[in-house]
Amino acid sequence: MFKTNAAIRAKNVLIAFFKYVLLLFAAFVALVPIVSCINTAFKTDTEYANTNVMTLPENWLNFDNFITAWQKADMGHAFLNSFIILVCVLAGSVMISSMLAYVLNRFKFPGNGLIRNLFMIATLIPGIASQVTVYQIMTSLHLVNSMPGYIILMMGTDVITIYIFLQFFENLPVSLDESAILDGCTYFGVFFKILLPLLKPAVVTSAILKGVGTYNEYYMANLYLQDKTKYQVVSTSLYVFSGPMGSQYNYICAGVLITIIPALIVFLLCQDQIYSGMAAGAVKG
Amino acid sequence: MSKPVAATKRRKTFGQWCKSMRGQQIICTVTFLILPLLLLFTFTYLPFFKMVEFSFFDMRYIGRRIFVGLENYIDVFTRDDCFRALLLSLYYMAGSVVQMALALLFATILSFKVKGSKFFRGALYFPCLICGIAVGFIFKFFFTHGFVLDTLLSWVGFDVDTLPYWLRDESINNIVLVACSIWKYVGQNIVMFIGAIASVDSTLYEAAEIDGANAWHKFKDIILPSIRTIVVLNLIISVSGALSAFEMPYVVTGGGFGTSTYFVIMDKLAHTDQKVGLASAMAIVLLALIMIVTFAQKAAEKWLNEREDRTPRARRKTDPNTAAQAASARPAHAE
Repeated sequence: MFKTNAAIRAKNVLIAFFKYVLLLFAAFVALVPIVSCINTAFKTDTEYANTNVMTLPENWLNFDNFITAWQKADMGHAFLNSFIILVCVLAGSVMISSMLAYVLNRFKFPGNGLIRNLFMIATLIPGIASQVTVYQIMTSLHLVNSMPGYIILMMGTDVITIYIFLQFFENLPVSLDESAILDGCTYFGVFFKILLPLLKPAVVTSAILKGVGTYNEYYMANLYLQDKTKYQVVSTSLYVFSGPMGSQYNYICAGVLITIIPALIVFLLCQDQIYSGMAAGAVKG
Repeated sequence: MSKPVAATKRRKTFGQWCKSMRGQQIICTVTFLILPLLLLFTFTYLPFFKMVEFSFFDMRYIGRRIFVGLENYIDVFTRDDCFRALLLSLYYMAGSVVQMALALLFATILSFKVKGSKFFRGALYFPCLICGIAVGFIFKFFFTHGFVLDTLLSWVGFDVDTLPYWLRDESINNIVLVACSIWKYVGQNIVMFIGAIASVDSTLYEAAEIDGANAWHKFKDIILPSIRTIVVLNLIISVSGALSAFEMPYVVTGGGFGTSTYFVIMDKLAHTDQKVGLASAMAIVLLALIMIVTFAQKAAEKWLNEREDRTPRARRKTDPNTAAQAASARPAHAE
């Protein structure tokens, strides 16, 4: 309080300076692994062999590595498979979780609390641990090495979307349902005609989070879609590079970047939904 | 003659029941619940019960099984690698503390007016949207001897020849993997904490500024008390996250050079060696540990909430639900 204005101002400038130094350093650390990848992906074989990794490539328009990586990893096929899986999983999980959330939120019935708790407790079991026995169940259901099997599995192991929908239903007034029912609407009608259209923001948020999660999922894809030539998805297509090409990082980096680009586009377009989804429904992925 | 009459009568009443509000509600509940509950049972609870069952057998996925009693559990506690793996999770716990501290720091900075805050938040958050396998390749490349990190260090004066092999040197490679894990997941915590800080009553800052409080005071006396519940709960959750650490050793080193965490060993035992019984026992032991941690968390949550009710140091604009929900976020290092 007794400091002069100049001293206070000097101190504020210093704090601001440190703040930006910290932020720039953090952003540098966060981005440098990715940027070095971009750098290497544009180098020719000879450039890669003879220059330091941090030397800039001679030609920034050299997309040969991307083409090679795309062909070697059969990415066209991988993207097609990933796209099919994504569409089915998103449609399925949005429908299932919104219906579940509707019933849990709107109807009082014995077992309501129990069902909520069952879903909560399910989040405690780590996914990797339960795959020890899920694998046996999938084998006995003949769902290993089948796209529908993987899709069903991805729809089933989902809690985050349920939470986003439950939260959203809390904020939709019950009077909406009641007036619709007075007008002669059935409960199914209320859900499909009145509430589902209003749920659009929740659908978008959960679809983005679930979509990115499904697109990036590699452990179960590797385990259950074993026939890599037929059923490979984008994430597992990268496994090609861990074989004999394991040290040709100019191809690998190009392949890695190809898989990152869709996530980057979604991120740039939907930042706000991702953040709000993270903050609101961040329960477990 | 009497039979069809009865049938139509019953059908009518059934039809009426279907049209009644109560009947409709029950039909709707049942049809909407069947699918999610079936999936939950098949892929969560059935596997759990099977896991308990399998843990008493010496078995593969296909073929004969032999009942061995508690032998698998004894193995879990006497095998060197399992015990070592549990010790490894101490690294990941320490990592979670660092991660929380960093997240708090950057969430606080980004919550106030900063030029380019959108860029910084995006840069710090984006890594967790990258596929695990891609992250594995990125870091294998990043840490290769003489590659990205070594070059950067040589620019600031280090001699490349004296630098260690980051992923092979067993004295440091686990710390390197923990750092990778922080790199990937700190953004999630930052975004969560920013959300929590945004729910702090902003008039408190104004009042504090009039009283001459600086940034540190604002952080210590307003922000920290208000989001303390979330921070503590996240720390406790990260214990179970650390116990189940899996992704980084799996994708970056493949569990080699002494980096196998508990789950990496379990995954190998189950799917490569097909020692399903032993892997199930490992899973059950870890689940028991996680249950204990979760009970501790619930107790802490209750205790903190009660304490907060008694001494309302900082009022919240939003309801405590938001805090509780954000608090039960995913473990820091799990998948």
